Amino acid sequence: MVEVFVEGLSSVARYIIPTLLVGIPFYALAVRKVPVYEVFVVGAKDGFTLAVRIIPYLVAILVAVGMFRASVALVLLLQLLSLFFFNDAATTENLPLALMRPLSGSGSLGLRTDLVNTHGVDSLTAKIGATMFGSSETTFYVLAVYFGSVGVVRSRHAIPAGLFADAVGAVSAVYLCKLLLV
Amino acid sequence: MLNYIWFGMMAIGVAAGIYNGKIDAVTAAASDMAKVSVNIAIGLIGIMALWLCIMKIAEESGLIRIIAKGLRPITLRLFPDVPEDHPAIGSIVLNMSANMLGLGNAATPLGLKAMEELQELNEHKDTATNSMVMFLAINTSSVQLILPATVVALMGATASDIFITTILATLFSTIAAITAVKVLEKMKRFSVEATIAATTAGDDDHG
Repeated sequence: MVEVFVEGLSSVARYIIPTLLVGIPFYALAVRKVPVYEVFVVGAKDGFTLAVRIIPYLVAILVAVGMFRASVALVLLLQLLSLFFFNDAATTENLPLALMRPLSGSGSLGLRTDLVNTHGVDSLTAKIGATMFGSSETTFYVLAVYFGSVGVVRSRHAIPAGLFADAVGAVSAVYLCKLLLV
Repeated sequence: MLNYIWFGMMAIGVAAGIYNGKIDAVTAAASDMAKVSVNIAIGLIGIMALWLCIMKIAEESGLIRIIAKGLRPITLRLFPDVPEDHPAIGSIVLNMSANMLGLGNAATPLGLKAMEELQELNEHKDTATNSMVMFLAINTSSVQLILPATVVALMGATASDIFITTILATLFSTIAAITAVKVLEKMKRFSVEATIAATTAGDDDHG
């Protein structure tokens, strides 16, 4: 039942981009008589300026994240956390992923792949990891790119709100998997 | 906030790097990531140009306005300070739809377009508005209806097991994000004035 639904959604998704790429210019040209080629070419140079504009912000955030990651400071933090909180294996094994997820996309992808390879796709650990990964985003990267593209440097409550949502997502992933998949 | 987090990550990186005997890796990571950042940005140029152009066509043909009007009842609650017929609403809606359908490549350019349009309404160009923070928080909490391709590839047949847990977890985190933004934006220390005052004073201290 769920499988049919998942497959259905994915196969619909496959046609969305082609439909948009053709459908939007078609509507513009046929209904509104917009000179689509001319508008397209004029718009294209924005892509370049935008990409160049986010470079300083990306360098700042990714360098800091990279240094933090490379120092293995997370391991120290984990040892500290595991003293206080968690006493079951599936949760503890996913703790590094939960901490890495907001910081680094490639880092958390690596951790998640490790979890699957070590524990197997059918394990609760791997399922929690995949849920956690699928239900959140690389908060710091998104912040750097989105705010950087318009030159916003004072992010106000964006980080506390983003990290709170990440924490809720990670905790939900653990409990939902334990509740629904065991 | 970002000042402390940014410095903190580097300082902890160096301190923990020395403690863990990983200081060479920390040094290498700094220059590697600087390079990676530029590669990411350059890699975005083409895909960004493509989607910005499609958006431009959609805008000129009036499509964006039609979409924005239709979803106004929802967006009015989330982005009360964006005027009804502003193009930002259209871009925001398209970005969220792309995210929900797992179309990451299209989502980023659409999101940046939305940020650009939100910036037009911003009085303090270097400080985020309530709408910008709301938009960002919804994006980072990752609204989703389809599992990411990497999850499906890795989990194989068990991917459908985690479909429901993923959708529910992302739903909870999005609700948490919206609630947190709405609560925090009313707090004095996160107000536009307080944020500007705090960082300006900091600059003065350091000459």
